Amino acid sequence: MRETLSGLVCGLLFGLGLVVSGMAYPTKVLGFLDLFGDWDPSLAIVMAAALVVAIPGYLWARRQARPLAAPRFSWPALHDVDGRLIGGAVLFGLGWGLVGLCPGPAIVDIASLSPKLIGFVVAMAVGMTAHHLWSRRMALAIP
Amino acid sequence: MSHFTPISAAIGGGLIGLATVLLMVLNGRIAGITGIASNALVGTPNSGWRYAFLIGLVAAPLLWMAAGGAFARPAMPASWAVVLAAGLLVGFGTRLGNGCTSGHGVCGIARFSPRSIVATVTFMLTGFVVVALMRHVIGG
Repeated sequence: MRETLSGLVCGLLFGLGLVVSGMAYPTKVLGFLDLFGDWDPSLAIVMAAALVVAIPGYLWARRQARPLAAPRFSWPALHDVDGRLIGGAVLFGLGWGLVGLCPGPAIVDIASLSPKLIGFVVAMAVGMTAHHLWSRRMALAIP
Repeated sequence: MSHFTPISAAIGGGLIGLATVLLMVLNGRIAGITGIASNALVGTPNSGWRYAFLIGLVAAPLLWMAAGGAFARPAMPASWAVVLAAGLLVGFGTRLGNGCTSGHGVCGIARFSPRSIVATVTFMLTGFVVVALMRHVIGG
């Protein structure tokens, strides 16, 4: 119950951050990606500000024995830079550059009830599900 | 067309950072939207907090408007075909690369993860190239 409540609060804060910073607007994100046009560096400020808070926060969290609302910490276990990481980042960058939407803002923008934004989220869900089915097949193919 | 908004960017970024730290301190979880959304989607067990997080994301602009803030319907000038193709690429690519702007760009870099630094540089460079081609080569 506490875990669900903190999930809700964190989602709200995260979403507010995207709305306040303007990152919920795909045209604003495209303004950042348009290096050779009328460049808008706002996205870099958003990332820098998030890191100014997250770096010391994570260093502090690392020293805690366990989280407050869950049994244990789930720090990522992957460490290798491999083809999947690079290939995935390139595919994501292609889609991000085409319309200026990444997963967080896309989900926030469902609230606008704009058909194209909802269409993007549906296509994104299809892409995620396709990857899930594909990776399961790959896992089964290796005995 | 674009206007640099450093103050609102810094405040919004700070809120994103705060949400990221709180989710780790409270739930012991990385605030990567790709991981949260895709695990919720495929029904990973104990995803209650994930659904709650996603509801929080969608509720955020509504709460913001209720508090008197402005949230215009985001413009999406791209055609339907491009929107759907981009959605598929973002969905598949973020899963294949295990993260997006939040998971790699904020959480990963905050842990000084080499994987996340490489991923962030890669998707940003790709995004720069796509927009440069679309706006200044093909459309220019």
